Amino acid sequence: MATVIKVEGIAKTFKIHHERHQSLKERLLHPRSGSTEVFDALSDINFTVDTNETVGLVGHNGSGKSTLLKCICGVLQPTSGQIHIRGSLAALLELGAGFQPELSGRDNVYLYGAMLGFSKKMVDGIFDSVVDFSEIEQFIDTQVKFYSSGMYVRLAFAVAVNVDPDILVVDEVLAVGDERFQAKCIDRIRTFQDEGRSILFVTHNADQVRAICDRAIVLDGGHMIADGPTHESLRTFREHLMGTAQEHDRSGLLASISIDSITTPSGSFDVRSGAGMHFDVNITSQNAYSGNFIMEIFTRKGLLVSRSDAKGSPVNLTPGRNCVGIDLAQIPLLDGIYDINVGVVDPHGNTVIAWREQAASIQVTYDGREGGLVELGATVNQQ
Amino acid sequence: MSDGSSARVERRSLEDASFRVVSARDSLVTRLRNLWNRRELLSSLIRSDIRIKYKNSALGIVWSMLTPTLFLAIYWLVFAKFLKNGIPNFVVYLFAGMIVWNMFNTSLSTATGVIVVRSGLVKKVSFPREILALANVGSATFYFFIQLLVFGLYMLIVQHSPDYAYFWLLPIAFLALYFFTAALAVVMSAITVYMRDMEHFILIILQLWFFMSPVVYSYEHSIAPQLHAHGLAWLYFLNPITLIMLTFQRTFYVSTVVHSTVPTVAGGHAFPLIKVLPSWPMSTYFYLDVSLLGIMVVLFLFAEVVFGRLQGNFESEL
Repeated sequence: MATVIKVEGIAKTFKIHHERHQSLKERLLHPRSGSTEVFDALSDINFTVDTNETVGLVGHNGSGKSTLLKCICGVLQPTSGQIHIRGSLAALLELGAGFQPELSGRDNVYLYGAMLGFSKKMVDGIFDSVVDFSEIEQFIDTQVKFYSSGMYVRLAFAVAVNVDPDILVVDEVLAVGDERFQAKCIDRIRTFQDEGRSILFVTHNADQVRAICDRAIVLDGGHMIADGPTHESLRTFREHLMGTAQEHDRSGLLASISIDSITTPSGSFDVRSGAGMHFDVNITSQNAYSGNFIMEIFTRKGLLVSRSDAKGSPVNLTPGRNCVGIDLAQIPLLDGIYDINVGVVDPHGNTVIAWREQAASIQVTYDGREGGLVELGATVNQQ
Repeated sequence: MSDGSSARVERRSLEDASFRVVSARDSLVTRLRNLWNRRELLSSLIRSDIRIKYKNSALGIVWSMLTPTLFLAIYWLVFAKFLKNGIPNFVVYLFAGMIVWNMFNTSLSTATGVIVVRSGLVKKVSFPREILALANVGSATFYFFIQLLVFGLYMLIVQHSPDYAYFWLLPIAFLALYFFTAALAVVMSAITVYMRDMEHFILIILQLWFFMSPVVYSYEHSIAPQLHAHGLAWLYFLNPITLIMLTFQRTFYVSTVVHSTVPTVAGGHAFPLIKVLPSWPMSTYFYLDVSLLGIMVVLFLFAEVVFGRLQGNFESEL
């Protein structure tokens, strides 16, 4: 295992001009006017990425994740600190940014390849697979300005993933293309993982990070607040989101409800597969509140097994201690440990009022013959 | 990609691969090395630049020969026919200066705004930014050689023979021109990011510069007498383009002193002698050109340093 990216004490400050004087006249007339404000987009970021690692960079808008990514790709120069990179790097920052609309798809493949730092010979070698992957064979000699936006993006993605990079940097580009093409992209990313390449993946979609990454780094306000296994980092991320939400909450609603614990009547969280289970969620509320209730079950690898809610009948909390019961009629899960998250949200489901990540873990034992995640009770017979 | 084993071999070698460093400010050596490593991108950009320029025009690349030829015809008409400057074989004289001027003019007028124009690329893709300006200089160089070819054909047709003994000075003069143009193009492209007026301003400067260079008139004939009287001849040579043009004109036009085509007295038969080019020996041209080249290389390195300083804040200005 070799380190491919080493980020050491990176900081980036932007000067924000409140009055932009970019013409000579304005500069001469107002030599000193227009206040500038210094904005710390990143401060003291340190981490390393090894081969064979898929790291997610998570953070809400304005947390500095894209700035960090641009520094790593060399698009931005950090204000201080150093980034060491080993091996070839292909960045999918904005697909097709380097395309020249006047040139044909073919010419653009070569130009884009050169921009990503790959020689003409290498692009020659992968040209067919690029065209194949992008599925635009019949338009490859058409000027790119006549392409639909989907074709544009597909061609750019095809170049970037086919140039055989050691490090692939992906910035929220998976939102493009139709569902089938997205599946193809995810598939290609999985192949990359299997081949032991490094992937740095930026998104604010926690589900995507859970699905793809084995490690996640959480940024907030330019600071690194977590770096660890995906589910732990995401827990920090959620708790942090709750924390910042509370700071901005004027009604004081968020602080008024807390989820204390989950208990079972027997006190044990072990269950046999196929059996039912009952949980009591203990909630302390300062005011009366009527809202919805959500429960999520995750595997230890961070795969969402189920998300369910109170199904339209609100949970009425009274001031003081409350107990909300959850009945699972049957748990058809296979062997393993499953984490349970519970939360109270407002009736429309827009705002999380209280949340408890990994409030409990259940241990399921299964002695049947099925493999995978759930027991479907399939029977096979010849007719 | 399907060849998993070769991919794995490559990955194993990563452990001995050296690190690239991204930091706040790169040294000049690092920046020059990065430029050299991305030479393939430079040639791709030059090629696409040339292709795009004539993509949708019916005459295509012919325009790169036609435009300067038509300009040449206009200058010939104005200066030789209407103003009667008396220089014989004026087209050859014009041509030698024009190809030098066109290279400089085309490069600067396109490179000045290039980083602003391609800000989308600058903000999204990583490469040494000055490559964009250098690509414009590169495509201008391509047009320079096409025009040189046309010039050669013209001389064949009119059977005007250049001074072959001076030919070896041309590469030196050309390199000096290249480095001077590249240095200015790189710096101007960065300044324009901070002062957008430069895009318009440069056109005025270039127009002035054109008339301060000996393209449509002869330095020795029209400028030197006045300046020499005040001992200010050196002033004119502060313009590096002058010396480069003189070298090209000496090589292709050859004669330093010629009989004017305009008689002393109207309708008379006495044609006065006029000095068209300086009567320096070849060694003077050589020493001057070599020192100019040296200065221009240093100037280019200086331009690289300036660009390095200026590019740090590009993202907050674009």
